[in-house]
Amino acid sequence: MILQVLAQIPTDGVTAPLVEESTSRLVTPRIPWSYLTPQLILFLGAVIGVALVALLPKRLPKYLSALATVVLAAGTLVSIVPLWGRVGNAREGAISAWSGAIGVDRFGLFVTALICLAVLVTALFADSYLRREGLDGPEFYLLLMTAAFGASIMAISNDLIVLFVGVEILSISSYVLTAMHARRVTSQEAGLKYLVLGGFASAVLLYGLALIYGATGSTNLLQIQVFLSERVLTSDGLLLGGLGLMMAGFGFKVGAAPFHMWTPDVYQGAPTPVSGFMASAVKTAAFAGMIRVFVVGFGSAAELWRPIVFVMAVLSLLVGSIVSVVQSNVKRMLAYSSIAHAGFILLGVHSATERGTSAALFYLASYTAMALGSFGIVALAARRGEHLQKLSDLRGFATAHPGLALAFALLLFAQSGVPLTGGFIAKLGVIGAAVDQGDWALAVVAMITAVISTFMYLRIIVSMFFVGGGDHGEEPAGFEGPPVNVSWTSMVGLGIVVVATLFLGILPGTVKHWSNQAVVEMVRDSGR
Amino acid sequence: MEKLLWIIPAIPFAGFLFLVVFGRRLGDPGAGWIATTAVGGSFLAVVAVFVELMGNDAESRMLHQSVFDWIAAGRFSVGFGLLADPLSVTMCLFVTGVGALIHLYAIGYMKGDPRFSKFFVYLNLFITAMLMLVLGDNLLLTFLGWEGVGACSYFLISFWHEDPANASAGKKAFVTNRIGDWGFMIGTFLVWTTIGSINYLDISEAAHSGRIVGGTAVAIALLFMVGAAGKSAQLPLFVWLPDAMAGPTPVSALIHAATMVTSGVYLLVRLNPVLHEASWANDVIAWVGVITALVAATIAVSQNDIKKVLAYSTVSQLGYLFLAVGTRNYVAAIFHMVTHAFFKALMFLGSGSVIVGMAHEQDMRKFGNLRKYMPITAGTFIIGWLAIAGVPPFSGFWSKDEILAGAWAENKVMWALGLLTALLTAFYMSRQVFLTFFGTEKWREPVTAVHHEASGEGVEESTAAENAHSNDHDHGSHLTPDHTPRESPWVMTLPLVVLSLLALVAGVLNLPFSSGTKHLEHWLEPVVGSHELGVEGSQLVVLAVVAVLCGLIGIGFAAMVYLRGKGSPAAIERAEFAHGWYIDEAYSWFMGGPGRKFFEAVSWFDRTVIDGVVNGVAAGVSATGSGLRLAQTGRVRNSAIGIAAGTVAVLVYVVVRMSV
Repeated sequence: MILQVLAQIPTDGVTAPLVEESTSRLVTPRIPWSYLTPQLILFLGAVIGVALVALLPKRLPKYLSALATVVLAAGTLVSIVPLWGRVGNAREGAISAWSGAIGVDRFGLFVTALICLAVLVTALFADSYLRREGLDGPEFYLLLMTAAFGASIMAISNDLIVLFVGVEILSISSYVLTAMHARRVTSQEAGLKYLVLGGFASAVLLYGLALIYGATGSTNLLQIQVFLSERVLTSDGLLLGGLGLMMAGFGFKVGAAPFHMWTPDVYQGAPTPVSGFMASAVKTAAFAGMIRVFVVGFGSAAELWRPIVFVMAVLSLLVGSIVSVVQSNVKRMLAYSSIAHAGFILLGVHSATERGTSAALFYLASYTAMALGSFGIVALAARRGEHLQKLSDLRGFATAHPGLALAFALLLFAQSGVPLTGGFIAKLGVIGAAVDQGDWALAVVAMITAVISTFMYLRIIVSMFFVGGGDHGEEPAGFEGPPVNVSWTSMVGLGIVVVATLFLGILPGTVKHWSNQAVVEMVRDSGR
Repeated sequence: MEKLLWIIPAIPFAGFLFLVVFGRRLGDPGAGWIATTAVGGSFLAVVAVFVELMGNDAESRMLHQSVFDWIAAGRFSVGFGLLADPLSVTMCLFVTGVGALIHLYAIGYMKGDPRFSKFFVYLNLFITAMLMLVLGDNLLLTFLGWEGVGACSYFLISFWHEDPANASAGKKAFVTNRIGDWGFMIGTFLVWTTIGSINYLDISEAAHSGRIVGGTAVAIALLFMVGAAGKSAQLPLFVWLPDAMAGPTPVSALIHAATMVTSGVYLLVRLNPVLHEASWANDVIAWVGVITALVAATIAVSQNDIKKVLAYSTVSQLGYLFLAVGTRNYVAAIFHMVTHAFFKALMFLGSGSVIVGMAHEQDMRKFGNLRKYMPITAGTFIIGWLAIAGVPPFSGFWSKDEILAGAWAENKVMWALGLLTALLTAFYMSRQVFLTFFGTEKWREPVTAVHHEASGEGVEESTAAENAHSNDHDHGSHLTPDHTPRESPWVMTLPLVVLSLLALVAGVLNLPFSSGTKHLEHWLEPVVGSHELGVEGSQLVVLAVVAVLCGLIGIGFAAMVYLRGKGSPAAIERAEFAHGWYIDEAYSWFMGGPGRKFFEAVSWFDRTVIDGVVNGVAAGVSATGSGLRLAQTGRVRNSAIGIAAGTVAVLVYVVVRMSV
């Protein structure tokens, strides 16, 4: 399907000709497989996993799926290391493959690495969660892998069609993951909602894509870039319409207002580790796609789409922070906070500069750690049967589980942007990028809403640490319900995100440096 | 070597971190030995730097390490840099040297304390902060150390916080120091707005090239003087230091005599290029110093608590340092700072030894003849006494004489007041020595006798009550008439012996006989420049003789009253002295009366207006949130409408923007 579309692309000398002039034979593009190792590991892991599950006997050790996922995710991470060097050095540089449909650059690798980290930590948390809820089995992990594969495709796609395929792979996996908790109605309901609304958004996205094709004659981002730089549009209605609809589609995927309505319902209903995965990996991939398309592909048309992002950022910041304050369900609070975080990341996108991209990537990195950790702790504290619903269910948590409460408090402080945590540096980065572009209004809104959300984070912390009388003057009670079991895998997962959050806050230099290097580079397919 | 400067503060910091984690497991005395080793290691590192600097020419006698960029915000950038020049190395030498000795001493003094390891955690953190203060190459880094030592001082004054009096003494120190910190901060801001940098090398360069002049220089100097007056306990901010004696005695010796309280003076000396331009601000500094010296000395005359005498004496000696700075006699200021660190730390540690030996009694009127029981403590204390009294050839004589000579050249009135202070110093220190180590064993006398004597003077009663709250240990005194004092263990006496030797010979650092014997002056010249005293040789001898005579008169007078029993002590120990000239009471009255009304008004404003606005905003947010929440019904069709509406809004924008 992809090839058919590609074959229709008018060759104006920018890409290597797909059809050799001497013959009429369709030449399949050469593919530098070694550059696609990360994606291949994820993809083959999922495919071979499905086959193995079908072939192997049913009675396998329960930990095997989680272990395999962790190993594959770690392997993907390792495979990124040499690639990072290869695409970064002057001799080899970023490459474009598959007739320019895919571009492997440091941006894509950075995002892929984040996604793999999210998979790894989610698998660590999910192991005990799934067993506790009686859902253990390989399906969850296989879907996690396919979702990660789709996400990483989005990160490296140079073509709108490929991007859309990535979006769909990721989305369909996420729909099923959301509905994974077969015995809980809320999970089923959330899955269905996500499916219907996600389909709606995909349609909008696809329609926007079609309009852009109509306006520029190509779905290849590099060709679109060239097209826009060479021509002055006498009528930009088609292009603008395409941009607007694509932006709406992406707005849905990143969970930005006013396309955010699904987020609270889905995050609340989904199995909690899945909520964490969606807040981290899905959001990261969607932002990666957004940055590739808009900041780079349509960089020269930035003045056309920046106002849309501006409004989306402001609305996300306001809605995310203000509505989160009046929530009483912890998972919904975190869902709204993720909307606010999306608003912050949109600040980086809105600046449409390399600095903004770098700041957005750093923000995504630190938010990945914070979101995975926060949802992971909620998953642990909920215990079998989801005891943790309302804020008041957290009362006495600090006395019963001081370590977990401390970690949760740290992650929440980080989300609110307290110095010495990754959240602070991240917020500083995107606000700095906005100020750089003279967007004082956006920066001020961001700072004010940060204060408002802090109130919400403090509410959670207060309810954990202070046992005093409840809202309605009832007797102060301790942490009720069955005890919290923290498996060692969850401990490892939690350790990773807590250390990462502190590391990003105290010594942000390394990751900052990487995110600065992680620029999108679109090059011609040299046929290497 | 330049790249390794960071090791100096890093070693005690590592000790601090180590003790935070493992301190309680190590306990008594392991934690103390770790802490002592850490400070000792730091001392060795400083010695290495010192040796290196000694080998350099005067011009290049400086090591500067930029560890990393600390803050970079627009035009404002501060590096985390360390500066080792003769001034900071001199400070570091005695901070770590005396610090290590006091750590060692504290192992013995704090023996058996339930929070033994915590004490050393704070001590190591204090040394780290003090070294940052001294080694920092800019005002902000110094301020970091400045606040760090302030916080440690607060923790350690209220170390035995079970007694509310100790806790409130800590608070008093903290609050009083805030006033000084205000000066420091505003001064830093002013420096930055004036020259665009807060780095010492830049400040020095700017002052020399005439970019800090006139009113600005005066303002900067006065603001930093306020800061220094807070930390170094000068009028009118000295009231916290006597109360700070509530802390354990090693703390009094380390923080409130030898190191932290001198940091104000260090700061002023560090800023000497600015002071050079700050015409009359120097006179203010000198006058503050000399008046503080005199007032504190008079108060010390009437104190009965062994540590309070030393506390007021410290305030008085710090006044001398201010006098020296104000008369641009920086070498003398540093010289006296060093010798004072030796002999005052010695006497504080000695008093701690006495307190331990006397079952935690601190009232000198119950001591007497202790030289028989505690020979080492007595012998070393007497050396300290002779040093502070200005008896040649002890170190205090040389350094104090230099300050007085400098004052003589500047202003004869200042000199006369300084001389009077010297006489009083000799008197009250002799009184302390005679009451404690000589005379009869008064604790063996029936309790009523002492009591009767005390109640004979109404003043004494209230002073005793006041002094009681500064009682060193919360467990108070268990002194009984059949008590037999015993000499302290070697970990406590060894530091005494070492410090007494230093107090004896430290004068050789800077002997005034010829240019060749003025080692300290040559050593510090790259930082403070050369300074002509303006006093001729023969004049100098006369001044010295007068000073010595004054000291001897003070000692003789004290001997007459307290050894021979001639004359009534009550006539000398006047009520206004005992009450510290009612300065503390005046503050309390003001803060409790008119001040309180003002603060209540501020508090009302904060509650109604500021909080009202904040709460109003919060209520608004909450109401908006509840309103928006209604839109979130959870129905798929409503969510879909939301998305559709958003898309339509985007398309409307598109239509508006479209250039058909």
